[in-house]
Amino acid sequence: MTSTRPAPASQQPVQQVADEMIGVRGLRKSYTVKHKRKTVSVDAVRGIDLSVRRGEIFGFLGPNGAGKTTTMRMLTTLIEPDGGEATIAGVDLRRAPGEVRRRIGYVAQGGGTTDEVTGREELVLQARMHGMGRAEAERRADAALSAFDLTEYAGRKCATYSGGQRRRVDIALGVIHDPTVLFLDEPTASLDPQSRARVWDEIRRLRENGMTVFITTHYLEEADALCDRIAIIDHGEIVAEGTPDQLKHEISGDVVMVELDPVADQTVALLGELPVVSQVDTTDTGFVRLYVPDAGLAIPQILRALDGAAVEFGKIELQRPSLDDVFLAKTGRSLRES
Amino acid sequence: MTAVAAGPVAVRRQPDASPTKFLRETWLVFARQMLIVRRTPIRLVIGIAQPIAYLLLFAPLLKPALASVGARTTADAYRIYVPGLLVILVLLSSLFTGFSLLAELRAGIIERARVTPVSRFALLLGRALSEVATLMGQALLITVLAIPFGLSVRIGPLLLAYVLLIVMGLLAASLSYAIALLIKSPAALGPLINTFAQPLALLSGVLLPLTLAPHWLIAVARWNPFYWSTNATRALFGGSVSDPAVWKGMLLMVVLLVPVMWWSVRLFAKRVR
Repeated sequence: MTSTRPAPASQQPVQQVADEMIGVRGLRKSYTVKHKRKTVSVDAVRGIDLSVRRGEIFGFLGPNGAGKTTTMRMLTTLIEPDGGEATIAGVDLRRAPGEVRRRIGYVAQGGGTTDEVTGREELVLQARMHGMGRAEAERRADAALSAFDLTEYAGRKCATYSGGQRRRVDIALGVIHDPTVLFLDEPTASLDPQSRARVWDEIRRLRENGMTVFITTHYLEEADALCDRIAIIDHGEIVAEGTPDQLKHEISGDVVMVELDPVADQTVALLGELPVVSQVDTTDTGFVRLYVPDAGLAIPQILRALDGAAVEFGKIELQRPSLDDVFLAKTGRSLRES
Repeated sequence: MTAVAAGPVAVRRQPDASPTKFLRETWLVFARQMLIVRRTPIRLVIGIAQPIAYLLLFAPLLKPALASVGARTTADAYRIYVPGLLVILVLLSSLFTGFSLLAELRAGIIERARVTPVSRFALLLGRALSEVATLMGQALLITVLAIPFGLSVRIGPLLLAYVLLIVMGLLAASLSYAIALLIKSPAALGPLINTFAQPLALLSGVLLPLTLAPHWLIAVARWNPFYWSTNATRALFGGSVSDPAVWKGMLLMVVLLVPVMWWSVRLFAKRVR
C-alpha cells in the first residue's frame, strides 16, 4: 500500500488517478483476416478509454464480437495492442508486461484446468509458477481451498468436478498469488443460478479484501447485481460508461407503458409531441412505451392529452428502465438477442 | 525468495531472464507434464506397442535379409535394426507432439500459464523435455527387450546414442511445435505431418540401411539431416565412437536444434492468442 498523504481539496482528482488500478487511453487492436482470398483488416478495438479505481468491480458489457475479449486479452498481456496506452496496477502494460503479470490474476472463460491432476496440485503449481517455494505454495493452496470451500474436493482429479466446483477452482487459481487486479472473462457463463450466486459471493468477498475486479459479461442481471460501474462496448468503441443506476437514468428517468386499443399512429405521434416525453416506442403487446425524465410529472400530462383527444386506453404501467433498455438505447440491439 | 530493494515502486524485482529462474520454471513445467504421463499410462502402452511388435515380429527376419550388408549373426542384424527402430520411435512420436500442444492451447492450460511471469521458452522446453524423457524410457525398454535376441552393445557408445536420440527428439518436437503453431488446426496437422514424416523416416534408412539403396536414393537422402543422425546412431550401436559418422550426425543435430528451437519459441511468443 502506498501511504496516503493528506492532500488539499483542489488536488482530489489527482488523488483519484493515484488510486487508478486500470487506466486505458486510446487502446487499439485490429486483425487481418482472409476473406475470399483478400486480406481484410478488422478493427476489433478502436481506441478506447477506461478508468477503474482500486476496490471496484468493473463490468465490461457487450454483444459477442464487440471487442470485449480482445480488450481483456490486451489488458492481461496475452496479445499486444496496436496502439494506445494502458497502466495496470501502476505498471505500464506495453513497457513491462512481465511486471504486469506479477500483479494481475486472469481467469479465462473456459478456465484451464488439467483433467488428470487434482485441484490442489493445480493450485500448488500455479503458486510455484508465480515464484513461490514449495512450502509457501502448499500453504497458499490449502488456504485457497478452504476459502473457496473446496477442501472436500482437493484430492480429486479436476475431471470429476461439477461446473460450479471447477469455476471456483479457476477463480482460486486466478487469485492464488494475491493479485492487485483480477480479470474474469464471463465468470458465470453456463453456470446454474445457484452456482452463479455462489460465484458472485466469492467475487464480492475478494473485493472486500481490497482486490480490484474487472469482469466481462453478457448477463445484464450480473452487471446490475455485481458491478459498481460498467462500460458498454459495441463495434470496438465504448458507447456508455457509469454506474448501473447512472446509465439507467441517463437514457431516461422512467418508462411509462400505456395500453392502447388499437395502437393508432396518430396517438403515438400525439404522445411523442408532448414536451415531457423524450422518446416513444411501440411494443408488440399493444403497449406504447414512453421514455420520460420523471414519471410523476409526466403521467398527469399523458392522461390529459389522451383525454383531450378522446383516446380509449387500458392499463398504465410504470417501469424502471433496465440495463437492457440502456443497451438497446446505446447499441440499437437488445443484448438478449445476441 | 531473494531480498528485494525496498522502494516505493519496486518495478523489476527479479530480472526476467535469470538462468536459475529459467531452469526452475522449465523443471516445473517438465514435472507437471511427467505427472500427467504417469496418470495416463495407456498413452505409454499405445506409444510402445508398435515398436515392440516390430521388434518381436519383424526383426527375426533380418539376419538373412541383412546378410548383404555384413550381418553374419542375429546380433549383427539387431545392431543394425534396433537403432533404426529407436530413431523411428523418437522421430515420429516427437513430430506428432504438436498435437498435444494444440490440445493444451485449446483447453486454456497454456493461456493460464502465460499470464504468470513464467518464461515462454520454459513453457515450451519443459513440454518438449517431458516428451523426450518419456521416449527415452521407451527406448530403454526396447533396448533391454532386444538383448535376449542377441543384441549386444557397449555401455559408453550406447549412452552417447541416447544423447543423440534426445537431441533428435528435441529437434523434431520443436519442429512439430512450430508447424502446429503455424497451422493451428489439429485436423490439418495430422495429414501434413504424416506427409513429410514418412518420407523423412524412410530417407533416414530407419528400416534398412541406405547402403543397400541405389545411388540416386542415397543422393536424395544426403539432404535429410536425420539420415546423418541415423547413421551416427547405428555406428554407436556398432560400438565405434570414432566413426566419422558419429561426430557428423551429432554436430548436424545440435547445429539444427538451435535455430529450430528459437523459431518455435518465437512463434509461440508471437502467434499464440
